[in-house]
Amino acid sequence: MITTIIRRGIQAMFVIFAMTLIVFLGVNVIGNPVDILVNPDLNQAERLRVVERLGLDQPLWQQYLTFLKGLTQGDFGTSFVYGRPALDVILDRLPATLELALLAMVIALVIGLPLGLYAGLYPNRISSRVIMTGSILGFSLPTFWVGLMFILLFAVELGWLPSNGRGSTVEFLGARWSFLTADGLQHMILPALNLALFKTSLILRLTRAGVQEVVAQDYVKFARAKGLRENRVILVHILKNLMIPVVTIIGLEFGSLIAFSVVTESIFGWPGTGKLIIDSINLLDRPVVVAYLMMMVVLFVTLNFIIDISYTLLDPRVRLDGKG
Amino acid sequence: MTPLLDVRKLVTEFPVGHGRTLRAVDEVSFQLGRGEVLGLVGESGSGKSVTGFSIMGLVDGPGRVSSGQIMFDGMDLTQANPEARRSLRGRRIAMVFQDPMMTLNPVLRIGTQLTETLHAHLQIGHNEAHARARDALALVGIPSPEERLDAYPHQFSGGMRQRVAIAIALLHQPDLIIADEPTTALDVTIQAQIIAEFQRLTEERGTSVIWITHDLAIASGLADRIAVMYGGRIVEMGQTDDVLSAPRHPYTRGLIRSVPSQNSRGTRLAQIPGVTPNLANMPKGCAFRTRCARADAACESRPGRFGGPQAFHRCFHPHEETA
Repeated sequence: MITTIIRRGIQAMFVIFAMTLIVFLGVNVIGNPVDILVNPDLNQAERLRVVERLGLDQPLWQQYLTFLKGLTQGDFGTSFVYGRPALDVILDRLPATLELALLAMVIALVIGLPLGLYAGLYPNRISSRVIMTGSILGFSLPTFWVGLMFILLFAVELGWLPSNGRGSTVEFLGARWSFLTADGLQHMILPALNLALFKTSLILRLTRAGVQEVVAQDYVKFARAKGLRENRVILVHILKNLMIPVVTIIGLEFGSLIAFSVVTESIFGWPGTGKLIIDSINLLDRPVVVAYLMMMVVLFVTLNFIIDISYTLLDPRVRLDGKG
Repeated sequence: MTPLLDVRKLVTEFPVGHGRTLRAVDEVSFQLGRGEVLGLVGESGSGKSVTGFSIMGLVDGPGRVSSGQIMFDGMDLTQANPEARRSLRGRRIAMVFQDPMMTLNPVLRIGTQLTETLHAHLQIGHNEAHARARDALALVGIPSPEERLDAYPHQFSGGMRQRVAIAIALLHQPDLIIADEPTTALDVTIQAQIIAEFQRLTEERGTSVIWITHDLAIASGLADRIAVMYGGRIVEMGQTDDVLSAPRHPYTRGLIRSVPSQNSRGTRLAQIPGVTPNLANMPKGCAFRTRCARADAACESRPGRFGGPQAFHRCFHPHEETA
């Protein structure tokens, strides 16, 4: 177990290092931030001073080494636009994205898992067919369109829910959160539902496919032959085997919720990292873009790591020490 | 005294669409006394496993028992409600499956799989269940049972897993155990061990057994009586010795002749020509007639039972001589 963790850790370091190279080079060959950031009225001398201050006068490899050196001290560089450390700029926005992604994931699980279980256990019922047809819609309707429809219906027509911003927030653990206030929670519902729609369908279909595979196994029949109650057969014998593929998807999809919630955040004016990254790309705020991408790399590496660990918890066959 | 199990004209069908059904079990009738061992012999697809699952009430949907009665200790199981059937399963009627690699849940500890069977039928505490599970493992010859309770199925060999499955089946001292080819997936040496163990445990307790197998040699060593199934019907039934020494039905005779040890060295192994007919397209009348050397026009109508309920055959042209 320990050796696995260490080996994983070393692999992760390599992945992260390779990504610094790709991300840094990729971002630094596009456009010229000076054109955007510097007031066109400035004279050449002042202009050069800005370039020097941003470190853009140095050759690319030197910039990269400076960047790497900063990384070792947790310094991702200073935002061109905000004049503050890039990491701080992102961390300011991260709680908003995090709480939204978490709520969306919870919704997707709470709806997707039971419905998938039901549709898998009773595939011939009409209700199961309705569920499966519905999940196709969840899959195929574009997120932005659904988001707009949500706003039109629940915010404009019915006036039930707010459609813009985070609402009131409360400070907790050094960050501001919406989910702790009634007003903030109301603001979260529509964007979270919007984000959850696709994930719900995904988890639902995956669960159903898993159930149908597991139900046909001899050990389920044997569990019934032992006279176990149906609840125990489903919730222990079937569900526990099912969780292995589902956990993989939950982990990766949670990452993608955080990393790619751009569309939903833009539609609902949610001030999260998705919106920040789009703004930063438009303004060629390289340090923020690089810092953001690096954080996402770390996020996915971490999630994969957590998924691997949870495999060993869920599936005794994966445990390597042989003692169970 | 009424027999423990009295199966009367059991029919189990699987719908195949367009209103058509497949008869996997076709009017099967037999009785099983207390402490008796019945060998249910037949090729794959002969309906022997489905018969077992019909008695358990575990026929895979959309298949179902469509007519007939299964009288167990005076109660008709086909009329019993699901909860009553559940409460019989594992407690009074237990089952052991063919492939021990597949019957134990890979993600649950052995101990859990034993104790949950106890908790399903008894109001007992955690410690008592644990102790009984440990004793059950010891009973089937698993060394250091206390530690093995914490192990997972993949840490056991196939033979050990089948012992665990047998331990589970025996937990509640059932009246009847249905053993569905429990040794087919095991090595020959392990097979012999498991059979001996199984025989010892069921004899000690006077448990009735339906031993489902395609292996006539195993059935002859174990069973008091043998029922031979073909195409969903019992084509011959009788005392083991009688059936083996003087088979009446040509199919039974063919089965016995195709056991290699029956042949003398150097002679060609006898085979039954052709293959088991598809259930969807059974010959009319006697299902075996397309493979039978003795078949004639009479075989196009369905043979009834010749003989009494304990020993009979279904053949218009039975062998009279010994094998």
